[in-house]
Formats: sequence, structure tokens, C-alpha cells
Amino acid sequence: MTTTQAHSGADPDTGVRRIRRSSPLATAALLIGAAYCLVPVLWVVVASTKSASELFSSFTFAPSSHLFGNIHDLSAYRGGLYWRWMANTLLYAGGGALLSTVVSAMAGFALAKYTFPGKNIAFNLMLAGVLVPGVILAIPQYFLLAKVGMTNSYLSVLLPSIISPYGIYLARIFAAASVPDEVLESARAEGANDARLFFDIALPMMRTGLVTVFLFQFVGIWNNYMLPYIMLGDDRLLPITVGLSGLLNQGASQPAMYTSVITGALLSILPLIALFLGLQRFWQVDLSAGAVKG
Amino acid sequence: MTTTAPAPPITVAPSAGRINPPPGRWRGAGAPYLFLAPAIVLFTAFLAAPIGYTIYLSFRASKVSGLGLGLNARREVWAGLANYRQALGDPDFLASVRRVGLYGLILVPTMMGLALLFALLLDSKRTRAKSFTRIAIFLPYAVPAVIASLLWGFLYLPDVSPFVYLLQKAGINSPDILSSGGIIFAVANIALWGGTGFNMIVLYTSLKTIPADLSEAAMIDGASEVQIALRIKIPMVMPSLVMTFIFSMIATLQVFAEPNTLKPLTNTISSTWTPLMKVYRDAFIRNDIYSAAATSVIIALATIALSFGLLKFVGRRAFNQESGR
Repeated sequence: MTTTQAHSGADPDTGVRRIRRSSPLATAALLIGAAYCLVPVLWVVVASTKSASELFSSFTFAPSSHLFGNIHDLSAYRGGLYWRWMANTLLYAGGGALLSTVVSAMAGFALAKYTFPGKNIAFNLMLAGVLVPGVILAIPQYFLLAKVGMTNSYLSVLLPSIISPYGIYLARIFAAASVPDEVLESARAEGANDARLFFDIALPMMRTGLVTVFLFQFVGIWNNYMLPYIMLGDDRLLPITVGLSGLLNQGASQPAMYTSVITGALLSILPLIALFLGLQRFWQVDLSAGAVKG
Repeated sequence: MTTTAPAPPITVAPSAGRINPPPGRWRGAGAPYLFLAPAIVLFTAFLAAPIGYTIYLSFRASKVSGLGLGLNARREVWAGLANYRQALGDPDFLASVRRVGLYGLILVPTMMGLALLFALLLDSKRTRAKSFTRIAIFLPYAVPAVIASLLWGFLYLPDVSPFVYLLQKAGINSPDILSSGGIIFAVANIALWGGTGFNMIVLYTSLKTIPADLSEAAMIDGASEVQIALRIKIPMVMPSLVMTFIFSMIATLQVFAEPNTLKPLTNTISSTWTPLMKVYRDAFIRNDIYSAAATSVIIALATIALSFGLLKFVGRRAFNQESGR
């Protein structure tokens, strides 16, 4: 603090301390941003406590007492179809992201830690894959899977979700940064084979980075509406997003459905928000460097 | 990550980053291929093959011979550039492109501007309530676009909307956001809500890598926080800014989930409202996969051209430090 006094122009009374004082205007800007982001979430919490008639008659942010009734109605809809959508979502997003992380970690490890013919081709292909607009792939993926009779199945959504060029690219950076060559060399000298090198030594060292790859993939699959929308015809296979948008469609003709849509939306985002808050320290993303600080 | 690595992550010589298996160890020679095998198989099946198939289909057409009856009445024939000519001349497609262009002009600068502003405010020493606001602004990223559109869709409905209610109480006739004039803002707002937080986190992470003594030195020299932000922080996060800008632009060109979800709530969203919605309609409602394929290729090429064009335009300045290594 005292050093500032030596510099010309700095007020000896305030100096650095003046700069560290908080600015109400700047804080207010952040709070307005937070309010804008929280309003729809607060609204869905309140709206899911209302009965179908109250939804359109009472003040938007006035809560009511029908939450459990709404959950009951939603659960009763076509024999608990909603909960099946939840389980499907867990399978697609959770299972898909897990498999994707393993595939990415293996590929990333190979690209970071080995020299082999064809390595540059493989890496450049993955890099080009990052730029391919993923949504555009859904339609040709459908026609190709239709040719082998695989559409309208769990695999038709799960398999295309596993390959992630961006995940491989990230995993390669994590492997290069967090697995020292010396450790691998000494393990090899002690007779460890390549599978052991990867699963027992590299994988635990890459753990922090791989959590980020997993989260990226999880949100990516959970957000990919077009792929299941196109692939699936049987509504018992749908993830929650496609299922709810279908319910919203029905609501246009029978507005009583809206209450179930709203309650369903709330129940579907609560676990995600919990996961998000729990793991938010892993979300520190540096896109330009492609690195993630853990 | 730094806790697990005893050695600095940056290797001195480029060759030091690899294991050269001792000669005669065939396991080491085959291992990288085994590790890569699942990725290569999936990449081929679900990325390369669909891309190739789309390009192939885009040059084909279905030809009906005779009365269009019988097994071989419909044949697939080579069509050359006919599908492309047709797509580029289609008024529905051109209208969807114009719409998405306007939508992008509204959305991307607003989203990037807000993301940068919030990131700088979070990085500033003069703000309070940082961890709360950071999490709150990032939270919508956890809500998928469909659910976000559903929530906002209800908030736009005049009978439900708190905004309409409050305006009415104040005696103001509120504009209908779901009308043909407002719908583009309604969709842009949903994307803004979902995307600002993610971009903010990327930029904030990037801001935190700037050495603290740099801003402190500027502060001691009498620079204001705004000056520090403009002269030091923003130039230093330029690579992240460019990347998030490109990613936002790519996402904009492919907008599908938001308008498709809002569609049942309003009759102002047509089935060809965005280019991707038109591709969907052509492929699945009109069963014209050839025209859908050509349109897909056009969208993909436009996306790649825009990304590369932008990178080339700003690249040399923004990525100077990186390329120097």
C-alpha cells in the first residue's frame, strides 16, 4: 500500500485502496444478470405448484398447493411414461458421456504419448471433425442407420453420441500435460504392458481433465435434441427433451397438459442443476488453449 | 492437475513427449492402434460415412418413369448440380437464411458483449457477490435448449407472462412478443439466456490466466479499471474471444431446437423458419432427401467458410503469441 505513495498521481490517502473499494454500479450489473438468468427457473418452480386453471388465472409468481397433485398426474400419464423418459435420458446422456470419455481418453493417450505411422493423419482428421457442424450429421446418420435397420432403437442415439472429436482433442491435451513420460518409462521398465500403462497409471493421472470431458459430453448429448427427435419413433425410447416437446404439442389442443409439461420440466432440470452446482469447479474452460485448469 | 504432475507439463524437446518402445517389443508397436481403434471405427461410421453419404446424395435425384407404378418406377439418377441450383434458388431457403442472418446479428454481438462484460466484472476487484452471480449466470447452460424454450414460451404467453401482467397493471398495452415482428427477438432471447453464461466462464477462465502483477503495475501507474480492461485484459483474452465468437456463430447457423419447440405456441414460426428446419422438412415431411442433402452441404460449407474466414481475418493478430511458440 505504501509504495503507491511514491508514485506521482496516486492519492496518498487512497492509492490502491481506492481501487479495491467496491463499486455498487458494477455489482448491480452482475446482480441484474443473475436475476435475468434465475427468473425462468424461479417461474417453473412456482408454476409447477399450480393447477391447470390457476396457471392462466392467478398471478404468475403466486405459488399454490398443487405440486404433489401435479407430480402424481405426471407420473400417471400413460403408465409412468415420464419416468421412463428420465431413465432413457440417464442412459443416453450418462452412459453415452461415460463411453465417450473412455473412447476419448484412450485415443487422446495414444495421440499424446506414442509415435506411430499415421499419427498425424489421425490427429488432423479428429481436428477437422471438431469443425463439422454436429447437428447437420443427424439426418445422414438417420438414413445410414435406416439402411441397416437400426433406427428407432437405443443404439441409434447412443452410438453416434460416443464419438467426439472435441473430447479426443481435449483428452490429448490432458494426457500430454498430466502424464509424465518418466513415470510411464519406469513402469514399462518394471514390465507393465500398454494396457496397464493406460488403465492403472495414465487414467488416474488424467482424472481431473476427464471429468471435464465427461461434463462436456453429458451436456452435449443432453442438449442434442435433433438426433433423438429424428431417430426415434417409439415414444417409450425418447429422452426427456423430446418427450416434453411432444407433450407441449399436445397442450396446444388440451391446455390441461401444460401443467404436466411444466412439472416435467422442473423435475428434469433439478438433478442437472444439482450436478452442476456440485461439479462447478470443473467448469473452467480455456477454449483457445484447449486446456482446462483443474 | 498440477498436484499430480511432479514434472512441469511442458516438455523441452518435441521428441521427449513420446514413448519410443524398445525395438523388438511388438506390443508397443500395436498398442496405439488398439487405443485408437474404437475412436476410428466410430469416427468412420458416424462422421465420415454420413458426410460422404450426404455429399453423394446431394448429386442424386429420384426419377419417376412411366406412371410411377411398379418396383422400378422410381430410380435414383445422377443429377449433377441441379439440387444445389434448386436449393440456392428456393425462396423458402433464402428467406430462412436472411432470418438466421438477422437473428445472428441480434444474438451474437449481444451475447458476446454481455459475456465479456460479466467476465470482466467478475474479474474486477470492485464487485461483490461474485460466486453467487457467477453460478446464477452460468446456470442456464445446464438447461437444454428445448426446456429453456418451453419455459420462455410460457413466459411469453400473454395469459401467463408476468411481464404482460405487470405492464397491464401499469396501464400499458404490451407488445405481443410471439407476433411476427417479435418472434425473432423471442427466439434470440432464449439462446442469449442459455449461452451467455458459458461464454462468460470461458472468458473468465482466460482472464484469470493473466498475471496479476500486470494489472497491478498498471494500477500503480494510475490506470483506471476501465483502462486496464480495454488496454490489457481484452487484448490478452482476444484468442478466447475469437473462439467463443466462432462457436456462437456456428451454433447460430444451426438453430433448430428453440424455434421448433416454440412452434406449437405461435403460428408465426413456419416449418422453414431456419435453414435446418427446412432441411428437416424436406427430408422427413416431403421425403426429398436429395434436396435436403444439398441444403445440408450448403449450410456446412457456409459454416466452415465463415469459421475459417473469421479465423483468417482476426487470426494473425489474435493468435500471435501462440504461433510464435
